[in-house]
Amino acid sequence: MTSLASRAQALRSNTNAWLVPLVILLGLLYPFLEDGLSTLPLIGDFMPTTGTVVVMIAFTMMAVGLNIVVGYCGLLDLGYVAFYAVGAYTAGWFASQHFEQVTFHLGSSVDNDKVGIHLTMWLVLILAGLLTMLSGIVIGLPTLRLRGDYLAIVTLGFGEIIPQVVRNGDSFGGFNLTNGTFGIAPIDPVGFPVLSAIGLPDNFQTSDNRERWYYLIAFLLLLFTIFCSVRLRDSRLGRAWIAIREDETAAAAMGVPLMRTKTWAYALGAFFGGVAGAYYASFKSGAFPADFYFNISVFLLCMVILGGMGSIWGVTVGGMILAYLNFSGLSTIGTKIQDAGLNFDPTKYQFGIYGIIIVLMMLFRPAGLIPERRHRIELEEGVHDTPFYDVQTEGALTDRDRSND
Amino acid sequence: MAVDNLVEVTKLRKEFGGLVATDDVDFTIPRGRIVALIGPNGAGKTTFFNQLTGVYKPTSGSIVFDGTEVVNMPPHAITALGIGRTFQNIRLFSQMSAVENVLVGMHCRLHTGIVGSILRTRKVKREEREARDRARELLTYSGLPRRHDDRAGNLPYGDQRRLEVARALGTDPKLLLLDEPTAGMNPQESAEFTAFVRRVRDDKGLTVLLIEHDMKVVMGVSERITVLEYGAKIAEGSPAEIQADERVIEAYLGKGAAA
Repeated sequence: MTSLASRAQALRSNTNAWLVPLVILLGLLYPFLEDGLSTLPLIGDFMPTTGTVVVMIAFTMMAVGLNIVVGYCGLLDLGYVAFYAVGAYTAGWFASQHFEQVTFHLGSSVDNDKVGIHLTMWLVLILAGLLTMLSGIVIGLPTLRLRGDYLAIVTLGFGEIIPQVVRNGDSFGGFNLTNGTFGIAPIDPVGFPVLSAIGLPDNFQTSDNRERWYYLIAFLLLLFTIFCSVRLRDSRLGRAWIAIREDETAAAAMGVPLMRTKTWAYALGAFFGGVAGAYYASFKSGAFPADFYFNISVFLLCMVILGGMGSIWGVTVGGMILAYLNFSGLSTIGTKIQDAGLNFDPTKYQFGIYGIIIVLMMLFRPAGLIPERRHRIELEEGVHDTPFYDVQTEGALTDRDRSND
Repeated sequence: MAVDNLVEVTKLRKEFGGLVATDDVDFTIPRGRIVALIGPNGAGKTTFFNQLTGVYKPTSGSIVFDGTEVVNMPPHAITALGIGRTFQNIRLFSQMSAVENVLVGMHCRLHTGIVGSILRTRKVKREEREARDRARELLTYSGLPRRHDDRAGNLPYGDQRRLEVARALGTDPKLLLLDEPTAGMNPQESAEFTAFVRRVRDDKGLTVLLIEHDMKVVMGVSERITVLEYGAKIAEGSPAEIQADERVIEAYLGKGAAA
């Protein structure tokens, strides 16, 4: 048995050994292939522009972050958009003209005479991650004691609170924190001001290859997110998360500190959401309250479900697919339909369409496009071989045990 | 009398609404002994376990484990102090492999943090490798020499019971709590298990408290027996004393003998 298992493992890692580098290579080359691909017959029109892919990647990063919370640890978070917002506004605070009372520059790509705090975006990305992590802990501490549905409802509440705070945050006791409905814009670009001597652009927004540069860094950030995600999953902490997902009571009895472990899942999931939010804010040069509504939380959750909860590669693929449909695919399809003379615009029904996708997935492939190994095994081997679970129940006491779970 | 007690429970009381599930129970477990807790269905044995392990908060009373008051401590902290347990209705992490189950049990004995997990330093890799080796040893020791990488949910029933014990041993306990460990086992398996419990105690210097319905197992393995009925302790003593105790026969064994 063991040798068979290890051989299966070897086979799988062999597949990964060439598949992963190939995908990474193709990903890196996409901005250069895009021109050629978009002229192809039939599929050419469906190729997303490099700029669209940057957005897709930002949302996929958030989905991979959300996957740590929902997929690994089994905590249903319906307010993940809050972390996206914190990330985006961190970029707004530390890399824009928003705080015009002060003028502070540190390695920024913009001119030195601009007012406001202008830190280099590299530092802002880290700061956004850390601040978001902190907000994850702040939100998590009071809520993570709750189980299941209750937690979902409370996170839903937080997801609603954040955009309201942001929208009305132009006068916190007279202090303009978020600039209200106008949002914060422009936000500084990413760049290499220090390395410009060796030919790297000091400012992506004004460089000739704006989208390609943003793409490159986004792609590397996504790889970093996936890498961390894989490492965490296969660690002591990752095991504890999965144990909590499977049976919280048993996990606690085996010495897993529930609050701390769940809070870490929340904080680390938030971290990547914050980094992605800040990067995306820099790419589109602004943070606006209208970006942070509940539908984004649902959208991200759909990515996780479509890809396969807990499965990093699944979530990555699911995220890319849904983000593609949202930011490019549906409108392209709409154009095709209109060209064919039909009056139907799928972009008007986007959330209905995602809903249908999720329903179909639940019916035909409930574990997701690329299911997590554990889920796949369960589906392949069936659940018929675990019927012994409830042998010898002890009447009233056992029922009470259960109701206390 | 200078008996070295690992556990000293004083006036432990647990009420669920109007129901008194544990009724001012005094209870001690001498270090290094195998002690059984018996009683008819609904006598409050599992509730007692759950208070010992921090799953339930007692209404009043005190539990001192190895010199530390554990009432009001969270379950994971109690586990870290050295109480490992199994569950009456098996609660394995069924999607995880047998080894991973034991590794979760070893959680509080390992140290890798978040940064270490991501960087996967040499120290982290070594800890992980050693933990895996030890988990496999524990599995083999607990009677699971093969199928270490099988999903826990796919193991046969008896093996799942053994895996629960291995997982509890993974927490490196001083006190091992076994909640109906032989439930659903055939007589031969029960006999093997009885021998196993004794061996664990001798090899690892553990103290064992078990809840058990199978009187053959109870009388065969335990050195001291406590009988609960309706949440209250009605008798305590050696197996011979318990077998001769009028009240116990009336409350428990008597019913069994009549059937």
